[in-house]
Amino acid sequence: MTTEKFVTIESSAIPLAIENVDTDQIIPARFLKATTRDGFGENLFRDWRYDKNNKKIDSFVLNKPIYAGKILVGGKNFGSGSSREHAAWAIADYGFKVVVSSFFADIFKNNTLNNGLLPVQVTEDFLKKIFQAIDKDAHTKLHVDLVNQTITILATSESEKFDINPYKKTCLINGYDDIDYLFNMKDKIEAFEKRA
Amino acid sequence: MSNKTLFDKIWDSHVVAEVEGGPSVLYIDRHLIHEVTSPQAFAGLDKRGIKVARPKQTFATPDHNVPTKDQHLTIRDALSRSQIEKLTENCNRHGVTLYGLNHPWQGVVHVVGPELGITLPGMTMVCGDSHTSTHGAFGSVAFGVGTSEVEMVLATQCIMQPKPKKMLIEINGKLGKGVTSKDIVLYIISKITASGGTGYFIEYSGSAISNLSMESRMTICNMSIESGARGGLIAPDDITFNYVKGREFAPKGAEWDKAVANWKTLKTDEGAVFDKVIRFEAEDIEPMITYGTNPGMGCKINAVLPDGSELTDNDKNTFLKSFTYMGIEPGTKMLGRKVDYVFVGSCTNGRIEDFRAFTEFVKGRKKAKDVIVWLVPGSKQVEKQCQQEGIVKLLADSGFELRQPGCSACLAMNDDKIPEGKYAVATSNRNFEGRQGPGSRTFLASPITAAAAALTGVITDPRELM
Ligand code: SF4
Repeated sequence: MTTEKFVTIESSAIPLAIENVDTDQIIPARFLKATTRDGFGENLFRDWRYDKNNKKIDSFVLNKPIYAGKILVGGKNFGSGSSREHAAWAIADYGFKVVVSSFFADIFKNNTLNNGLLPVQVTEDFLKKIFQAIDKDAHTKLHVDLVNQTITILATSESEKFDINPYKKTCLINGYDDIDYLFNMKDKIEAFEKRA
Repeated sequence: MSNKTLFDKIWDSHVVAEVEGGPSVLYIDRHLIHEVTSPQAFAGLDKRGIKVARPKQTFATPDHNVPTKDQHLTIRDALSRSQIEKLTENCNRHGVTLYGLNHPWQGVVHVVGPELGITLPGMTMVCGDSHTSTHGAFGSVAFGVGTSEVEMVLATQCIMQPKPKKMLIEINGKLGKGVTSKDIVLYIISKITASGGTGYFIEYSGSAISNLSMESRMTICNMSIESGARGGLIAPDDITFNYVKGREFAPKGAEWDKAVANWKTLKTDEGAVFDKVIRFEAEDIEPMITYGTNPGMGCKINAVLPDGSELTDNDKNTFLKSFTYMGIEPGTKMLGRKVDYVFVGSCTNGRIEDFRAFTEFVKGRKKAKDVIVWLVPGSKQVEKQCQQEGIVKLLADSGFELRQPGCSACLAMNDDKIPEGKYAVATSNRNFEGRQGPGSRTFLASPITAAAAALTGVITDPRELM
């Protein structure tokens, strides 16, 4: 199935300076009962965003009106824990296009890539710089260029390269997915089954 | 031929094709599905107008949101009910085998697979659930995937995956009194941290591992994911073959002999190279418990907790946030802390061996009055075994009751939720904020440490009661 094509993004970012953000926080289990992919954004970080009376918790970054943007910047080891793809759906559904961290959990990373959401892994040092830049000016912009695999803090022009699997990069840029690819391999798969 | 690790042997023999500059196209022998991560995958197939490619290689059972009481009644929660109905409908429509709620083989998907011999050595297996790593205990390459990948496997029986790096964790020596495989894995994670395994597939070896039963090996492989690893595996041996023999889907007769001969080749060659090797001594491991909000925050049960003084910046914030959530002062002890709930169950410790151990421990003693204890078998078969072996009766004598199988308080999607602010000793695998219900506070431990807490109402070193 085709997803939206991805080339560059320039946007302010929302800083979530917490480490080990696990998928249970991104979308708590009690919100996994839907049978479609839509609407999970509403409950993104539910228990950090709302108290038990469903009142917004003002101190949480997503509730601070000063922050906005299509880029979520998280602490180290982002997306650990449960394999629930709902975590990626929730982040994408909320309106994010890019997640930045100095370290991503494996399954979460695959899940983002499968949903047109770009995980940008930067060094500890660069992550710190991003947090500092946002601290200084909440509206500071980041520029993410998928073709050249760079992320830039526009205010300071500091930039870093990031890695992405070339195949996944092509998929994102062209907006196609793995199943499209695998379908064209039918013969090879059948040949493999005969051999095994 | 170069020397290969066990992981290489299985992975490489399942590669259908390599994508240039990209992942491998990996053939999947067995696929397990459940009600929570599959509906969107089936919807994807419908959208593409295709059917499940190899329905005989996929097995389904509802587990994540099922009630653990009165399973014969209609599920009250409309959303849970609709997910289970969807699973049934999807399986029927696509010819996928389903062990539904009242089937004698229903249970937590990772308990059911091995129990029925669906899991066999040398296989590749996936499931839309991170604890698929459990099945690695049989010497298979098993890992959790997201829903897009579930759809991929349903559509093509293949998955596109970059090959992980390989780590060896070797543990030699004899385990001390009161030390179980749960303590081994909590110990490992406390040492390598909750992200120390990221990017790796772990092989566990050494005498402390090969002396373990299959149930205990599953507990270790199960929690590989808690170190960030994609999966874990253990070379199959006679203990494995004896466990598998005679199970429903295990090979029979001449097929069996052929299979065993093949399985015996499934081990890491001498001289094979791992990307990372870590060694521990069994003697250093003691009963463990977690105190924080990620599984790496664990310690020996009688230890003094860290005070965080050596941490800075983000690390310090994360550390303090965790202690605040748990309502614990850094630098204090775990022993003697009040426990409100005890949960024994899940794909980590919900097997027959776990209920035997728990029961052996509490036998002839009484449950502490102010603790609520949920004992949830991992499957219908475990439940039945507990009845047949007299475990249910012994438990009742001590004031405990066995519930019905499901994931239950492991992730609290059903009614089994630990209330806000309450403390639970749990044999499951995750102590994340709110994992066992909004505001719940979880201490992960072994079934016998859970038993000690159930008897005393406080965190207790199980060795003191043995
Ligand atoms: S018991 Fe817990 S960890 Fe295991 S499959 Fe169920 S929810 Fe996941």
